[in-house]
Amino acid sequence: MRLLLLLPFIGLLWVPFYNDELPALFGFPFFYWYQFAWVPLTALIIWIVYKDGLKKGVE
Amino acid sequence: MNSSSINWTALGVFIFFFALVTVMGFWASRWQSGGSANKGAHLDEWGLGGRNFGTWITWFLVGGDFYTAYTVIAVPALVYAVGAYGFFALPYTILVYPIVFLIMPKLWHAAHKAGHVTAADVVFGRYKSRKLELAIALTGVVATMPYIALQLIGMEVVIKALGVTGELPLLAAFVILALYTYSAGLRAPALIAFVKDLMIYIVVLVAVVLVPMKLGGYGVVFASARDAFAAKGGATGLTLKPAQFLPFASLALGSAMAAFMYPHTLTGIFAAKSADTIRKNAVFLPAYTVLLGLIALLGYMAYAAGVKVEANNDIVPALFNAMFPSWFSGFAFAAIAIGALVPAAVMSIGAANLFTRNFWKPYVNPNVSAEGEAKVAKMVSLVVKFGALVFILFLPTKFALDLQLLGGVWILQTFPALVFGLFVGWFGANALLTGWAVGIVGGSWLAYADGIKPVHTFHIGADSYTLYTGLIALALNIVVAVAVQLVFGKGGAKAPALKR
Repeated sequence: MRLLLLLPFIGLLWVPFYNDELPALFGFPFFYWYQFAWVPLTALIIWIVYKDGLKKGVE
Repeated sequence: MNSSSINWTALGVFIFFFALVTVMGFWASRWQSGGSANKGAHLDEWGLGGRNFGTWITWFLVGGDFYTAYTVIAVPALVYAVGAYGFFALPYTILVYPIVFLIMPKLWHAAHKAGHVTAADVVFGRYKSRKLELAIALTGVVATMPYIALQLIGMEVVIKALGVTGELPLLAAFVILALYTYSAGLRAPALIAFVKDLMIYIVVLVAVVLVPMKLGGYGVVFASARDAFAAKGGATGLTLKPAQFLPFASLALGSAMAAFMYPHTLTGIFAAKSADTIRKNAVFLPAYTVLLGLIALLGYMAYAAGVKVEANNDIVPALFNAMFPSWFSGFAFAAIAIGALVPAAVMSIGAANLFTRNFWKPYVNPNVSAEGEAKVAKMVSLVVKFGALVFILFLPTKFALDLQLLGGVWILQTFPALVFGLFVGWFGANALLTGWAVGIVGGSWLAYADGIKPVHTFHIGADSYTLYTGLIALALNIVVAVAVQLVFGKGGAKAPALKR
C-alpha cells in the first residue's frame, strides 16, 4: 500500500512528460493544470494509505 | 497614485487587523492551557503549546508556518521573472506530504515517549552523542536566522506598498511580535494563524477570480505572459527549456526533503497531540498548496495587467494596488504582514528551544529545571528576533537571501541523522557526523564556487547536468556516512534498535 506514495514522485519528477502547453484546460496550459491536478490526487493517495493503516492498526 | 504618498484607507484597514492580532497574541497565553499535565512554567508549555494541538490547530499552525509571507511575495516574483521554472514550488509543496506522512509520525513517537522538544534532542536520545546533537542544533539555529530575516523582508515590502517610509513601522511591528511571543509562546502564533490563514484564503480566492475576470480570463493572462517572455528571451517561458528539467525536479525534491527538517516546521510536529493528528494533516495540508499555486499565478496576472516594478518582489503589492480598491489592498497587505508574524514567531521559538535544550542544558547548566529552561528559551527568543532585525536593518538584503539559500543546503544535511535512525539501526553517530560535516562543507563550497547559486552544473564529456546543490551535498553526505560505517562501523557505538 505504501508504494502508492511513490506515484506523486513519478508523476511530478518526470518533467518531460508534462512540459507542454497543450492540451489546455479552462485557459490553463497543460504544464499548469497537470501540476494542480496532482494536489488533490496526492491528498487522495495519502488518505487511502492512511485508511489502510488505520485498518491494520498502525499506532 | 503617487507611490510615495501614504494610502490612508489601506493603512487604516492594515492597522486595524494588526491591532486585532496583537490583542489575540497577548490573550493567547490563556488559550488551550486547561488540560495539560505540567501547567505553568515548563518548556513544553511555552515552547510546544502543551503538546496538545489537535488536527485543526495543527493544520492552521503548520499551514501558517510553512507557507510564509515571504513565499507570498517571492514565489510570484520568481514566476514573474522566469516563468515555468519558478513553479517548482508546486511539486515541492506536493511531494513534501508523502514525506511528512511516512516520517513525521515516527519522529513524533520518538519525541513523545522521551519528552524531546527538538530534533537535536531526538538525535541525542538515539545516538547518545553530544557532538552529533550539537551539529544538528547548530545547523537548525544557523539555517533559521536568515529565514526569520526573510519574513521581515516580506513585511517591509508591504509596508512600503502602503506608502509608509522609514524603518520605524517595521521596528514597532517586531517589538510587538517579540513581546507576545515572549509571554504566550507557541500559543500566540497558533492562535494568530487562524486569522492569518483565513485572511490569506480570502485575499487569494478573491484575487484569482476577480483579476482574471477584469483582464479577460486565464487564457489572456497566460497569453500575455507568453508574449512577455518571448520578448524577454533567455531561459524564460510558459514551459521549461530541456536544460531546466533536472534543476526543476531536483529543486522540488530537495526542497521537499528539507522542508520539515527546519526547527519551525518540526516545532509544529512536536506540538501535535498525536501521530494520528500528523497523518491527518498530511492529507489535508495540501489545500494550502492549491493556494500557493494560485498565488504563483499572480506573477502572470501582473503581465496581463501591465504592472511594472523596479524590484520583482514588489510585483504582488503593485498588482493589488493596481487592481483593487484601497480598503481591499490594505486587507491583503495586512494578511501578508500577519503572515510574516506567524512563521517569525515559530522560527524564533524553534531556535530558542534548540539553544536551551541542546546548548544551555548540556554545556552551561546541566541541572537546569523545566522552569529554568522555559526562562532561558523566552530570553533567547528575544535575542534571535533582535538578531534578525539587525540583519535586515544593517546588512544588504542580498546577504539574507544568500544565507537563506545556503541555509536550505545546510538543513538538508541533517536529514540522515534525524531520519535514518527511525527506520534502520545500522548507522552509528560517527558515520552520521562525518557525513554531515562533508555534506555541509561540500555543499557550501559548491554553492560558494558557483557564486551562491542554488544549482550546480557538472560537465561529463560533452553533456552537462545541473542539479540542486543541496541534493548533491546530501548524496555526498550519505555516501560518506555509509563508507565510514562500513570501514569503522565496529569502532563507533552502534545505536540501539528502534524498539524501546
